[in-house]
Amino acid sequence: MKEIHVSQIANTVERLCIEACTILSEDWWQAMDKAIAQEESPLGREILELLKENARLAASTSEAICQDTGIAVVFLEIGQDVRITGGSLYEAINEGVCRGYTRGYLRKSVVKDPLIRQNTGDNTPAIIHTEIVPGSNLKITVAPKGIGSENTSGLKMLKPADGKEGIIRYVLEVVEQAGPNPCPPIIVGIGLGGNFEKAALLAKKALLRPLGQRHLAPHIAELEEELLQKINATGIGPQGLGGRITALDVHIETYPTHIGGLPVAVNIQCHAARHAEALL
Amino acid sequence: MKRITTPLNPEIIQELKAGERVSLSGIIYTARDAAHKRLVEAYLAGEELPINLEDQIIYYVGPCPAKPGRVIGSAGPTTSGRMDPYTPLLIRELGLKGMIGKGSRSQEVIEAIKEKGAVYFLAIGGAGALLAQRIKKAQVVAYEDLGPEAIYQLEVEDFPLIVGIDCYGKNAYLEGKVQYRLHT
Repeated sequence: MKEIHVSQIANTVERLCIEACTILSEDWWQAMDKAIAQEESPLGREILELLKENARLAASTSEAICQDTGIAVVFLEIGQDVRITGGSLYEAINEGVCRGYTRGYLRKSVVKDPLIRQNTGDNTPAIIHTEIVPGSNLKITVAPKGIGSENTSGLKMLKPADGKEGIIRYVLEVVEQAGPNPCPPIIVGIGLGGNFEKAALLAKKALLRPLGQRHLAPHIAELEEELLQKINATGIGPQGLGGRITALDVHIETYPTHIGGLPVAVNIQCHAARHAEALL
Repeated sequence: MKRITTPLNPEIIQELKAGERVSLSGIIYTARDAAHKRLVEAYLAGEELPINLEDQIIYYVGPCPAKPGRVIGSAGPTTSGRMDPYTPLLIRELGLKGMIGKGSRSQEVIEAIKEKGAVYFLAIGGAGALLAQRIKKAQVVAYEDLGPEAIYQLEVEDFPLIVGIDCYGKNAYLEGKVQYRLHT
């Protein structure tokens, strides 16, 4: 049994919030270089270069990559041999989010009530997803998600007869409908199977996979490739101003589903694919 | 690249063509969802507005807080379409001439742009750190209680933009997409 004090968790979340909002991971830089090499539109290439310059500036000045520093999505993988001590786990996470967004000069974008809409002032509460796993580690992933791309996402309860063609049709419909709004080049996270809420969570998790990495199942990897090619044939391009690169990648996560269903959730991620992880 | 300054006049606007790059200097105002709602509600209630929008530009942005010694935090455009329910009134009744944002606009907004000779500019979405460097002064002028959604008066210098929808209704997004589309 490993004991982890809540103060260590709060400190880690604070650091991860700032890191995620100001530093993009290595796979992002590689994906952007690949995109620049493939982009045929001169304006599109220029935009991709500008986005790299923006990311370099953000990292070197510890300024937010994008002013929409999002609502903080926190994934916890809690080893079943871990004991959290010193207080409430969720309070510690929100304490970390509050400190990270305040000390990092990040924007506070959360309103307390969806209709009254008063800003909570410290970007709390976070959206916390908890999973119990074997072992004695606590893995924390902070993935701030902006609303520009989140607003263009969608979920559809397809039927088994819709099959692969139905999935492709729906994903393309979401991407076409989104157009320039989610700040392309986008990353498309797809949750396939499960049920209504499982598909949505899978789609969000799919966004955490490193860019350029395929699903382990060959038929899903093939579908990812086919979707990427079709999305990049839409012509939407960088920032929606036309070009070959509408998406940097497509990631699908799957789960067993009901004999009568084929849920598909499409979570759109803007080019600022922000996430940071730590293992305690 | 064409250099323009605020306030916008019809001669400047009529010269701008969709897809063209421009560099903007001068005073602009920020406003996003909550500020738009308040402005329109105040106008409909017959109240005096906290800012005069005649010939002015609104930048759809909610910036990050400024670090010590800096003018403003990250400050890129937000999705303009969310302001569409309010924009035609701002253009027709309050004299708004320019908007800076990213993303599609409704047909109603495009009609108002054409009717009143306004213009919709695009800034690069997700380049907030870079764009913040072109903002030389920032000061809250209304609705301070809205926090990141307060109305700021910004002074910008060589702020890089693309003409998204010109005063003739031509749309840079549609033209770009058609050019690179591989299937129909």
